[in-house]
Parts: sequence; C-alpha cells; structure tokens
Amino acid sequence: MYKVFNKEKLHKTIYSMWIEAPEVAQSVQPGQFIILMITEKGERIPLTVADFNREKGLIRIVFQIVGKTSEELSTLEEGDKLFSFIGPLGKKTEIENYGKVITVGGGTGIACIHPIARALKEAGNEVISIIGARNKELVIMEEEIRKASSELIVTTDDGSYGRKGFVTQVLKELLDKDKSIKKVWTIGPPIMMKVTCDTTKPYPVETIVSLNSIMVDGTGMCGSCRVTIGGETKFVCTDGPEFDGQLVDWEEFSNRLSRYKGSEKKSWELYEHTCTCGRRTN
Amino acid sequence: MAEMIPPKERMQREQISMPQQEPKERICNFKEVPLGYSQKQAIYEAQRCLQCKNPKCIKGCPAEINIPQFIKKIVEEDFAGAYLEILKTDALPAITGRVCPQEEQCQKYCILEKQKKPIAIGRLERFVADWARENNIHGKLPKISRKEQKVAIVGSGPAGLTCAADLAKLGYQLTLFEALHQPGGVLVYGIPEFRLPKSIVKYEVKEIEKLGVKVITNFVVGATKSVDELTREFDAVFLANGAGAPRFMNIPGENLNDVYSANEFLTRSNLMKAYTFPEYDTPIKIGKRAATIGAGNVAMDSARTALRLGAEKSYIVYRRSRKEVPARAEEVHHAEEEGIIFNFLTLPVKVLGDDKGNVVGMECLKMELGELDDSGRRRPIPIPGSNFTIEVDMVIDAIGTSANPIVARSATGVKINQWGYFIVDDKTSATTKEGIFAGGDIVRGSATVISAVGDGKVAARAIDKYLNTGGSLRKK
Repeated sequence: MYKVFNKEKLHKTIYSMWIEAPEVAQSVQPGQFIILMITEKGERIPLTVADFNREKGLIRIVFQIVGKTSEELSTLEEGDKLFSFIGPLGKKTEIENYGKVITVGGGTGIACIHPIARALKEAGNEVISIIGARNKELVIMEEEIRKASSELIVTTDDGSYGRKGFVTQVLKELLDKDKSIKKVWTIGPPIMMKVTCDTTKPYPVETIVSLNSIMVDGTGMCGSCRVTIGGETKFVCTDGPEFDGQLVDWEEFSNRLSRYKGSEKKSWELYEHTCTCGRRTN
Repeated sequence: MAEMIPPKERMQREQISMPQQEPKERICNFKEVPLGYSQKQAIYEAQRCLQCKNPKCIKGCPAEINIPQFIKKIVEEDFAGAYLEILKTDALPAITGRVCPQEEQCQKYCILEKQKKPIAIGRLERFVADWARENNIHGKLPKISRKEQKVAIVGSGPAGLTCAADLAKLGYQLTLFEALHQPGGVLVYGIPEFRLPKSIVKYEVKEIEKLGVKVITNFVVGATKSVDELTREFDAVFLANGAGAPRFMNIPGENLNDVYSANEFLTRSNLMKAYTFPEYDTPIKIGKRAATIGAGNVAMDSARTALRLGAEKSYIVYRRSRKEVPARAEEVHHAEEEGIIFNFLTLPVKVLGDDKGNVVGMECLKMELGELDDSGRRRPIPIPGSNFTIEVDMVIDAIGTSANPIVARSATGVKINQWGYFIVDDKTSATTKEGIFAGGDIVRGSATVISAVGDGKVAARAIDKYLNTGGSLRKK
C-alpha cells in the first residue's frame, strides 16, 4: 500500500508523485486533501490533492522542499512506500455551474487548483485560470492547467515567462473588464491568497481560498488547524480547507503557521547534516 | 504454592503499597510512575482476599472479571491460570489494570473497603498481566467453528477492541477500522507513556489480532468510506469512534500560537512521540510556564506532560475548589508529588499575547462558591474586580471534548442527540438503525476506559444475538 507509482521532478525544489491509494482515489473529490507520513518516526503532513485516477487507484501530490519532511519525501523513488496515507479529508469544493469563474494558483498552489478548475469546467463553467511564479522554472503543470481551463494566463515576477508581474494585476484587469465573473478561487502561499482577497474585495465576487494549516490528525480531533473565520473559530481539517477568503484572519493564520519555525529549522539542519555526512550525495 | 492464611490474619494485614519512581527522578523522564508489585508482594496482597462466598467486587467490574477466582490463583502461585481467568472476559488486562479507577469500581465493593483497606485488585490484575506478557503466556482461541458473518468495528479504542475480541471468540469475522496510523485510540494518543506504556497497548492489540481480528489502520470511516458503505459489506456495525473533538473556553486570545487543546498536546507527545524530538519529527512547544485549564484526568496528564517536557512551572487552573476536582485521587496525588501547582477557584478570561502571537500571560478572575448547581456541586461565581494575571508562555485547554460529527454524518438513519452523541438502547447498545450498534465516548461523552470496555461487551452480546437471529445489514 501507499507505493510511489510515479515520480517526476517539476523543478529542482518541486516534485510530483502519484501514490497508490485505491480507497482514497475511489472517494476523493476536488478540493480535498490527504495526510501522509513517510516513516513511523515522521510527522503527519497535509497535502491538497493535485489529481486522481480512480481506475488505477492513484492520487497525485505535488510538493516543494521547504523542510525536513518534504526533502525526505523527495528522496523516495518509484516503488518506495509511505508509512501512512489517509484521506480524502476536508470538504470538497462546491462545484456548480456559476457561469464565468476565475481560478488563481501560485507556487505549488497551482497543483491544488488543478482538479478544481477541471471540475468547474466539466460543470459547464467558463474557467479562466491565472497561474503565477517567481520565474519561468517555477511555473509548473502549465499544460494540465491549460487543459483544465477555458483560458490560461501565466505570470512571472521577473518576466522570464508569460506576463511580467503578479497574478493580482491580471486578476484586477479581468474583473474590471468583465462584470459577469461570479466567483474566484485562489490557492498559494498565504500572502498571495491574502493579496488576492484584497484585490477582489471591491468587486461583487466571492473569493474562495484553501488554507494549509499545521495539522496532526486531520479529522477534527486536535484543533491544531484552527483559524478565525468571520470572528468564529473553525477547523481547517473538517470545516475547510476552503473558506470565504474575505473572512479569514490572515494575521492569526500566518502566526499559527510559524508556530514551530525553530523546531522545523533544527530538524532540517540535522537532516541535511546526516545527508551530507553519509547516505546521500546530491 | 503459598498458603491460604486464616481469615483473622487476613483482616489484620495492611494493603501493600505500590512501589513507584521517586517524584524528583520521574519528572525528568516519561517512564511509568508505578513500578508494579513483585511476585512476593502480589502473593502477600492476594492472601488478604477473604474469598467471599458472595463476592461484591465482581458487581463493580464492567469487564465482568471473576475477581476472587483470579486472586485465588495468585495465592496458588498459578499466575498463568490467573491470567487466563481474567482473559475470559477482559481482553485488555494490562491496560485496565493500570488505568481503571478501581476505587470507584471493584474495590469500592470490597468488603474490606469498610476498614479503608480494600484488596488492591487493580495492582494484582496488572501484576498478572505483566507476568503473563513477560513469561510468554497467551490466551487460546476457543475451539469453535468460524462463522460466515462479518462485523465492522469503527474505532480501535477500548470499546472497539473489547467488542472485537468478544465477537472473534464467538467465531465471527471481525474488521477493525482505525483512522490513525496506530491502533489503540485514546490508549495511544491520549494517555501518556508514564501512565500506560505504548508497548503494552501494542502487545494487547496484537493478542487480539491473534484471535483473527483484522485491524485496518489509516482508514477514516466517514471519509475513506461512509458507514452507509460499510452496511453494504458487513452484517453488523459497531460505532466506537470516541468523542474526539476538543472543547475550547471561547475566550479572547485562545487561538494564539501556544494555546493547545489537550487532545493536540497529548497526541503530539504520545502518538507522535514529540517528547523524543528530533528523533521523531513531530515538534511540540516546550513551555517555561505552562497553564492547564481544567482538573480532570486529562488535565493531570497534560500538566504532568508539560513538566516532563521541561516546564519550570506547570499550573492547573480550575474554576471550582479542590473538593470538586473530577480527576482520580491517585492522579491528583501524583501530580502534587511532582510539584504541579494548583490554582483553585480561578477562571481564565483572556489569554494575552505579543505581536507575533506568542502567549505571554493569562488573565483570570477569582471565584467563590455559591448555591448548588444542576450537577449537585456548588456553583462557582466570579468575584467582580478580582482580575489578576498569571505569567505563562503556554496554555492547554483540558476542559473536555464534544462529539466529532465525521462518522455520524456518514450514517444514514443513525440518530444522534442534541450534543451529537449516538442515541442507543442502554441494555443493548443498539442505535436507531437496525444492525448498527454504538458505545464508548461517542455515546457517553468523555468517560473512562473501563466504561468503554463495558460498552464493548454489551454490544458484543447484542450483536451476537442480532446475527444469531438472522439479522444482517448487507443481506437486507
């Protein structure tokens, strides 16, 4: 169980993996996430599902190396097994025929937006996708997103690919130009989601964000992922992960994401040290 | 073989106290606090049992153990026999021998309780179970024909494990679904290592697996598959998924970085082994001054865990007085020995933080006791203007749990009450849907391990009856 079926390097720090998890693949819906552990001593990390194949029983995850666990995950090869893989967790995206919608992806959030855009398009929506990255190398899954959307606009901060600038500039232009846009989904780093919400605020569109809180069980048992939404405490794992972005207390959310910064750094340094000392050369 | 001693002499003997790790030493480790009786101590204690003709102790045991019988075998130095006697009805003896509140159950009914020296039944149970484990003594599967019927059990805590063991012994095909990566439920994520070593839980779960019970971990019923789907694959279903969802005070500052639910704090430490970080990857806050809100067993576990992780000061903050403390007397005693500071008649009203979201203090009100409330305890009333601040850098909410809706949401026709707990028939554990039974904390709210064990037994009996009389969910 939980075998790495396929591994692909999308960037020197970003990997895509298809994991064998037939029961999860059977019931997963766009917008949901999984929690995995690499080894018995590992931590439980949540990752939003990037794609799924029900027939083959596969779930696709896309992750960037940001610490010990993600780096260790990147060292797994096809055929290797994960210790634990549970899901599908959280509520699914509310897919309806809204008319015209926009999906915005940044960083590995591009992967998370993928099944949502596809499902929206399949439901009859006209889906405009905007994906953004710092530079050309970091633009991932472009072809998949293009296929899942009616129209795709790519931006890079440095202008090395697509339009120069941020996703929010394109988003603002679209909202100014087209009053028929009903809803916006945005997934990416917290600051990008917050800025996207600030951009859409003056417009009569609902903006949905998908939050990536720190979790332990992911089933509503611990409350590690709690977040304030419109003045009320909610659990990202069972009430989310998608929320009305205008209602999120972003400062609290960012603070809580940094809860274990010190430990995370220590853990990563220790791992890097053992890597360079011994088993792995890169 | 040790002798049976004359009743008069039995009455004169005092209860053998439990050897334990010294407080100074144990607050620096996560090893078990009580060390267990030696063989000699166990025999000496067992000899005190009066072997009543009409034993009252059994009445106080939800696991239905024939207590005088197993104690008699200890006196006879037939420890294997004592173990097999307990195992007839209790599949988790090393666990119940450690975490049962015996003083409110079997020992409360012991005839010697009147002289304040009841037989230490729990300690004897623990001795027997530990002896059997160390001496490789195992229960045997009774010689019965395997039955066709399949039973699904949701949750592998004490209720689920007990129900599974009882039904497996009757020949049914059991599948136990566990959402986490390890079986045991609250026994692994909730109760700390220093009260219940995880190797013991692992061992007793393995013994149950040997009865033919299939344990499937990493399977979230309500997410991976719904209860409705299970009813199409199994003949009967037992829902024992635990209470699960943490409660918070709903006071300002409660979402600051270093405010934990007891569930999160204990899960990180116990299940994820954060106390060994960085050997295990899961981190946990090491507070210098930790405040635990609440005074139940979970609060004691949290405050004592914070101390062992390295807190210089670990407080219990409780709005009522010492008299109303709901934790077991033994747990409170252990906590006090270890230097936990109790702040009674204190109500937190606000958690204070700095600009980065870190906890720097907790504002509280002093309380006084008024008239009796619905629970029969004197109602705590805030004293106006008595606000004061405790300097703390982490807070743990241990004020109880509520029902996690994830399983119930996926079970069509299974009714819940206004608090989200399953509505069941007390005598059979049957829910409002035929063929589906429920027990443990998801019926009772936050209760004890042994009451969950009792529920598991009641449900097993009812499920056997249901299946025996032609009932079947999947063939409906």
